[in-house]
Parts: sequence; structure tokens; C-alpha cells
Amino acid sequence: MTFEEIHQRLAAKFGDRIGPLAPANKDAFAPVQTPAIVEICEFLKTDPELAFDCLINLSSVDWPKKNQIEVVYHFWSYQKQHSFIVKCLLDRAKPELPSVTSVWNAANWLEREQFDLMGVVFTDHPDLRRIMLPDDWVGNPLRKDYAEQPEWHNITTTRESPLDGFVRLDELVKKKASEKKEVLQ
Amino acid sequence: MSKPLEIPTMDMTHKEVMRRIEYTGDMLLNMGPQHPSTHGVINFLVQTDGEVMKRAIPEVGYLHRSIEKIGERCTYNGFMPYTDRVDYIAAMFANQGWAMAVERLGGFQVPKYAEYCRVIACELNRIASHLISVGTMAMDVGAVTPFPYALREREFINDLLEELCGARLTYNYLRIGGVAFDLPTGYEDKVAHFLDHFEKILDEFNRLITYNEIFIKRLANLAPIPAEMAIDYCLVGPNLRASGLSFDVRKQLPYSVYPELHFEVPVGKGEVGAKGDAWDRFWCRVEEMRQCCRILRQCLAQIPKDKEIMGKVPRKIKVPEGVEAYSRIESARGDMQYYVVGGAGENAHRVKIRTGSFTAMGIIDELSRGLMIADLVALIASLDVVAPEIDR
Repeated sequence: MTFEEIHQRLAAKFGDRIGPLAPANKDAFAPVQTPAIVEICEFLKTDPELAFDCLINLSSVDWPKKNQIEVVYHFWSYQKQHSFIVKCLLDRAKPELPSVTSVWNAANWLEREQFDLMGVVFTDHPDLRRIMLPDDWVGNPLRKDYAEQPEWHNITTTRESPLDGFVRLDELVKKKASEKKEVLQ
Repeated sequence: MSKPLEIPTMDMTHKEVMRRIEYTGDMLLNMGPQHPSTHGVINFLVQTDGEVMKRAIPEVGYLHRSIEKIGERCTYNGFMPYTDRVDYIAAMFANQGWAMAVERLGGFQVPKYAEYCRVIACELNRIASHLISVGTMAMDVGAVTPFPYALREREFINDLLEELCGARLTYNYLRIGGVAFDLPTGYEDKVAHFLDHFEKILDEFNRLITYNEIFIKRLANLAPIPAEMAIDYCLVGPNLRASGLSFDVRKQLPYSVYPELHFEVPVGKGEVGAKGDAWDRFWCRVEEMRQCCRILRQCLAQIPKDKEIMGKVPRKIKVPEGVEAYSRIESARGDMQYYVVGGAGENAHRVKIRTGSFTAMGIIDELSRGLMIADLVALIASLDVVAPEIDR
């Protein structure tokens, strides 16, 4: 099935909870209303025509200009060999949406990754804790306004750049030669 | 006094498991982060009752280098060497995924000759990666002999790739819109010579280890993954195919010049035990190497003579902000996906790399229940996880 056919089938079932199909380069995506995401995912998986048995990717994009965080779901159906993309638009100050771990187990780790790096909170997630960074880390690195904490348990997170005060060798020779001249004068 | 304990379930949180361990007197074993058979820096919190595991919780992140964040700060071309570090055993695929994603983003065309160069480099790299995988897997379960045999063959490939691009591990060979260097003179003959030699070695390798009775007894029926479970956990590549599902991105969603090449997709048949067990995953990789040889021979015969290695790509790549591209390639560890969102300037707004090892680690928690501790090592090895690819 094409993107349009899948979108029509979804729109027929969920009405205005599915937004219009938006083209972005070659892959079109459909924005959906956040509270309905689990219901929509269950329909995508169980409907015999759609049969999206696999959640192949889950990512999120931070847009400070629009004050939004987009959570992007990529679905793939091994049975029907078609794909679909769904987006949830969240408020940047309080990004929260229900977890789809109950639908696909693959969502467990993928959601934990987004929670850790982007700070998206997935409610009803069975084990929502940081996956890459230490549990007591502050901030979410993939946010655009992220500022790294200066140290973690007395380990500094910054170091002096080895290029500070770096002078090229030929310039150093010139500099020394000019200094010599000044001394002679 | 320890009390009888039901097997921990999926809905128990990490903290609850920890509390239960304290309460019941089960043993908590830290396997890793510096354990030789975890294939990199990974920690497993193993809750055991004697020799039998109740649960193994993977703790990853020791090799997190924030490559996705680096991708937002580099230019599109400048990010290419960093993608090598996503998966240092099969770096060529990470290169290709990034190149394809940006080509899709900007609508750039790649000359046919360059596509053939890419496929030759990638398939050589796939053999090298699978050799490491099968060699270390045999070593992890106790057969030390095949490992040097596998590494010896990998050295030949490393030499070939070094001649091609000057590096033996982190190649940085692909460019957006083509490849960096032309094939050196006489390269086709050298690759053909290697293939003649290697195909015989594969038969020898099968006699040595794949159909070895002790090896089969060790791995047959070990942690079988049914196809539905593999799909549910989003396993990809040889791990998925071993479960009996014939899906290869090169076949089903063909990219580059793969539509012109003929090869088969080896699928696990449950020859010695249950379908999708550890032996099937091993066998799939060995058979894939044979198919790589087939692909390489066709590439050498079909490669065009025009020697055009770069397409038309502007020096400064700029794409409209918010435009998205998605690329899927078949890496040595399966379906590797890049999701790129174009930024305002010369760099991307967001790069997301979805790798096969990351989702493969998610399944270990469930598979490990009721296994022996020694089997955990075989399970990790059979899933062919590479620590930097998990953490990125």
C-alpha cells in the first residue's frame, strides 16, 4: 500500500485525530494527536490490511523556534512490505506522551533512548530510566539549548584545547627573528 | 534463609529487581564492563540462582560518544569520518548509510562506476565483519582454533581495503556523491585471486567448526528466537534471517546496484535444532560470506569502464531547513537506518542512527531467563553485538 492509501484507511477510522499527510522530501508523514497514539499503533499492528508488525525506528527532533518536540515513529510491515511515518508534536516545556511498549517490545529501548537524550517522558513505560548516560546526569544532550554541566563527581567534562596559544612553526621563526631585530636595535 | 522466588517479569522495574535480590539472597553478578566476551564495554547485571540465570539486565552506554550530537555540529561532508566510529568492524556500511541519506536529502546522483566501487568495498567489509563475528563466537564457546583462521583471512581483506583507501579499520572511503579514490591498478585481479583462495577456505572452515559435532551440540537449541519475537523486538540482519524470515534490504528494498546482482539470502532452517537458535545465526553468517563472494565476482565482471568516481555535488551542501530523508541499508549487522533532518546552515538539524546492535541488546533481558551463565556468553556472541554501535 502507498502512503496515501494507508493514510486514507487511518483517517477513515480515526477521523480528525489524524492530521493531513505532509510531504517531507520523499517520505510523507502524518501528524497524530498525542493521546491517541497507543490506539492508533494498536490499529496499525492488528489491522489485517496494514499489518505493521515492526517499529523500526523511533526518534525525536527538537525545534526551539516552533517551541515543539516532534516524536517520529517509523513503521515497517514485514508481511505487506510497506512503511509509514507518524509524528507526535509535543510542547517543548512538558514533552509527555503514552508509551507504545505494550504494542511492540522494540519500543522499550528506543523510548528509553529518547527519554535519556531528548528528555521526552513516556508515561506507562515499564522501565523508564537513562540508558546511555549515568542516572544522575543533568540535562538532555540532544536538546538544542543543552549546556553541559562543568563536572560530574569531581571529573571535569571540559579540558583546555590543545590548540590554545598554538603558533605555526614558520610564524614562530618569523616572530623570533623580529624579536632578535628589536633587541639589536 | 532464601525464599522461593518467581522469575522476574518484564513489568518489574530495575529498582524492584534490585530490592528483590537483596531480599531473597540471590546472587548478583556483574558481568562486565571489562569482560572479554561481551564484545566491548558492556555490563550485564546477572541475577543468578547458582548456575542458572533468572535475569540478565544489559547496562550500556560506556562507549557513548554522542555521535548524533556531533552530526548536528559538523557539515555534511565533515561528518563522514565520524560515521566510521559508529561501527568500527564494518565501517564501510556506516559510511554508505550516511552518504545515501544525504544524497537523498539533496537529490544528488552517484555515477554507476562509483556505485560499483562502493559495493565492492562494502561486500569485502561484510566478509571481514562476519569473519570476526564467527571467529569470536567460536572462541567464546571454547573453540580457540577457528579464531586465528578467521583473523588470517580478515588480514587479506584489510590489506585489500588498505590498498583501496589507506586505512585498515576506519576507512572514510565514501563521499557524498561518490567515492574518494578510484580502484588501484590491478585491483580486480587481486580481489579475484583472494576470492579463489577464500572460497576454498570457507569449505575448510565449515569442516573445521560449523559442522563440528561438539560445536553443534554446544549451540543447537540454545536461545532460539521465533520469527514473531524477532520482529517484535526489531531484530535485523542475520539474526532475523536465522529465525526463518527471508528479509534482506538488498533484495526487498534494493539500493545502489544490487538490483543488477544475483545472490541468495540464506535463511535459518533449524538444521540441527530449533529454528532460530544460536547455531542458525552462526550458519547464516557463514553462508552470507559465500554470497558476498558471488556478489563480488559479478561486480568485478560488470563494473563499467568509465572510471567516473564522483557525481556533481556542490562544494558546500545546503538543504532547506526541515527537509527529511531516511535511508536503509543492509549492514553486516543488519538493517541500518539514518534519519536526517536538514538544518538552516551547512549542517544537519538532527541525525538519528538506528543500528542493529542496539535493538539486539533489548532482547537479551527476555532471552536470558532460565539460561546458564555460560550460555549468556554464547547468546551475546551469536547476536553479534558491537559495543560502539549500541552506544554511538
